[in-house]
Amino acid sequence: MAIVVGTETRLVVQGITGREGSFHATRNKGYGTAVVAGVTPGKGGAEVEGIPVFDTVRDAVAETGANTAMVFVPARFAADAIYEAVDAGIETVITITEGIPAHDMLRVYNYVRPRGITLIGPNCPGALSPGKANVGIIPAEIFSEGRVGLVSRSGTLTYQIGHELTQLGVGQSTIVGIGGDPVVGSSFIDILERFEGDPETELVVMVGEIGGDEEEKAAAFIGERMTKPVVAYIAGFTAPPGKTMGHAGAIISGSAGTAQAKKEALEARGVRVGTNPTEVAELVADAVGARTG
Amino acid sequence: MDLYEYQGKELFKRHGIPVSDGRLATTPEQAHSAADSLGAEVVVKAQVLTGGRGKAGGIKLADSPEEAEEHAREILGMDIRGHVVKKLWIEKASDIAKEYYLSLTFDRGEKKPLFMLTTEGGVDIEEVAEKTPEALAKLHVDPLAGFQPYQARRLLFTAGISEPGEQKQIAAIIEKLYETFVAEDAMLCEVNPLIVTPDGQVKALDSKFTIDDNALYRHADVAEMRDLDAYPAEERAAREKGVTYVKLDGEVGILGNGAGLVMSTLDVIAQAGGRPANFCDLGGGGDAEGVVDALEVITPDPQVRSILFNIFGGITRCDEVARGILEALGRMEIGQPIVVRLDGTNAEEGRRILADASPANLHVEETMLSAARRAVELAGEAA
Repeated sequence: MAIVVGTETRLVVQGITGREGSFHATRNKGYGTAVVAGVTPGKGGAEVEGIPVFDTVRDAVAETGANTAMVFVPARFAADAIYEAVDAGIETVITITEGIPAHDMLRVYNYVRPRGITLIGPNCPGALSPGKANVGIIPAEIFSEGRVGLVSRSGTLTYQIGHELTQLGVGQSTIVGIGGDPVVGSSFIDILERFEGDPETELVVMVGEIGGDEEEKAAAFIGERMTKPVVAYIAGFTAPPGKTMGHAGAIISGSAGTAQAKKEALEARGVRVGTNPTEVAELVADAVGARTG
Repeated sequence: MDLYEYQGKELFKRHGIPVSDGRLATTPEQAHSAADSLGAEVVVKAQVLTGGRGKAGGIKLADSPEEAEEHAREILGMDIRGHVVKKLWIEKASDIAKEYYLSLTFDRGEKKPLFMLTTEGGVDIEEVAEKTPEALAKLHVDPLAGFQPYQARRLLFTAGISEPGEQKQIAAIIEKLYETFVAEDAMLCEVNPLIVTPDGQVKALDSKFTIDDNALYRHADVAEMRDLDAYPAEERAAREKGVTYVKLDGEVGILGNGAGLVMSTLDVIAQAGGRPANFCDLGGGGDAEGVVDALEVITPDPQVRSILFNIFGGITRCDEVARGILEALGRMEIGQPIVVRLDGTNAEEGRRILADASPANLHVEETMLSAARRAVELAGEAA
C-alpha cells in the first residue's frame, strides 16, 4: 500500500518542459511511475520523452485521469500552479520548487486544507515508495523495498539515513520529504498519521531540524496516537539563534525552535533520538530486528 | 531579512502608521544638523540589527544639537552584542504616558498571521507571555478572509484598553499593520513600545521588521535596504557568489550538500570535540565552479584550521564531485588540510579518483563520523 505515492499514482508534471522538470519527469517515468501527462501553458500538443503535454491541468486530468501533480514551475508562479492543480481535481500535489514566498504558501495552505487535498512541500525532494513509484528528485537507487517509513524536512540527510538503512539490510515502505520551508503542506503529524494507518509500515523514522515547533507537536502526537515505534533524528544542535541555516524554515527565533527542545520533547514521549545519522540507522536496525526476530 | 528601526518606520509611515519625525545620521556632525533641523529635544538611537540597545547605552536623550552631537560621538562605533553602530536615527523626543506592545507575526504552527497586544509594553514580550499570559491578547487572522474590524475590537477589549480615543487610534493602527504585513511580505512586524502621549496621541516609538527573503523579488525598494556592512565579510562575499553560508566561531571549515546534511555535519564536528567555523551548503551541485566559490568564501577566515567536505551523492554523483574538488584544488592554493568524505551514488569511484590523484593535504575518509574526527584532529594539530 505505502503512502502518498504508489501503484495507483497517475502523475501530471507541471513545468515539464523546463530543464529540471523534463529531467526528473523522465527519471520518475524510468523508475516505473505512471507519468501520464505534463503541463506547460502554450505547449499543449507537444511531447516530452513520450509524455503528452497539455496547456492546462484541467485538460491533462480530463484526457489522462491524472490524480497526482508534481510542481516544478519557478517560485513566482508556483502558488498559481498549485491552485490550478487543486481546482482541476488533483488529489495529491507535490511541490518541489524552492523559494516560494511564505505569504503565498500561507494562502495556498488555508485554501487547500479544507478541501482534503494532500499537499507535500514546497522546497522538498518529493516522495518515493520503493518498487512502486517515485515522484520528485529522490535518488531511488539508494533506497530499497521494506517496512520502515521515513519522513523528513531535509533531502540529503534523508538520503544519508536511507543509504545507511539499506546497507544494514533495512528497506523502506515510503520516504516523504515534507520540505524545509516555514509553511509546508503536510506536517510531520500528517505523515505520521498516514504511516500509522499503513499496513506495510512497521516503524517510522522522523528526521527533523531546528525551527518552528512541528517536532514538538509530533512528539505529543506520537505519545497519544501512535502504536508503531518511531526513531528520530534532529539536526542543528550547533546552530546559532537568529540565523537561517540553508532552509528558509531552519531558524531559531529567540529561545524557540532549538534542537535540544525538540529532542527533549521526543524523548519525553519515549521516542529514541539518534545523535547522528549512523546511530539512527543502527537504532532502527535493532528495533526492526528485535520485532521480527 | 531584518530591517533597521528607521527602515521599518519608513514602511510604517508609508502605510499610515504614525511615527515621530526623524533623520538618519552617520557622523556626529550629521547628528548635530539633524537635531538642529528637528528643532526640539531629540533622541539619539543606535541603529543595529539586534535588541538590547537601551541597556547597552545606545539610546540617549539630547536637549540641544550640541548634546546630540556629543551622544552621537559616544554611540557611533559602539559594539552592541557584536554589532558595531554605524548609523544613528535622530528622532524628535516624545513624552510618554503609557507604553503598549503590538505585533503581528507569522505563526508557522497555525499557518496564520498572529496578532499580539498588551498594555505591558516596553519589555521583553517572551517574559510577558511567560509571567502574565492573561495580559497578552492574541488573535489569528484567516489569510483568505483577511483582516476584519471586529478583530481589532476583540484585541483591544481583551488587552483591557478602554479609553475611547486610544481604542479608535489603535484599531486603525492594527488594521494598517495587517496591511503592511501582507503588502510587504513580512514575517514579523513588532511595535514595542506603542506609546500614548500625555495628550492622548498613539504612535509607534520603535519598529522591528523581518521581510521574507523569498519575496524580495516583488519588493525592489525593500531589497535595496539591505545593509551589506551589517554582515561579516565572509557572509558578504558568500552573498555575492550566491553561496549559502553562515559564519560561526570555530576552527573546522565545513562544506556539504543539502542544508540538513550540513547542519548534521556541524553537530558531528561538535560531538567529535571540535567547533565548526561555518555552515556552507553547496546545494545540488558539486562542480568545480561551485567548489571554488565555496572554498573562496571559507578559507580566508583566519580561524579555519582544517576543512571538511561532507558529500552525499544522490543525483549529483560522487565521481563528479571528486573531479570538481580536484579541479578546484588545481585552480587555487589552499593552506589548510582538507578531509573529504563521499558517500552515496558512485562513492567508490569518487574515492578512487581522489586516491589516484592524491593531492598533498587531502585526506579521504569513508564515513561521516571518521571524517569528522579526522578534521577535528587536523584542526588541533594546525593550531
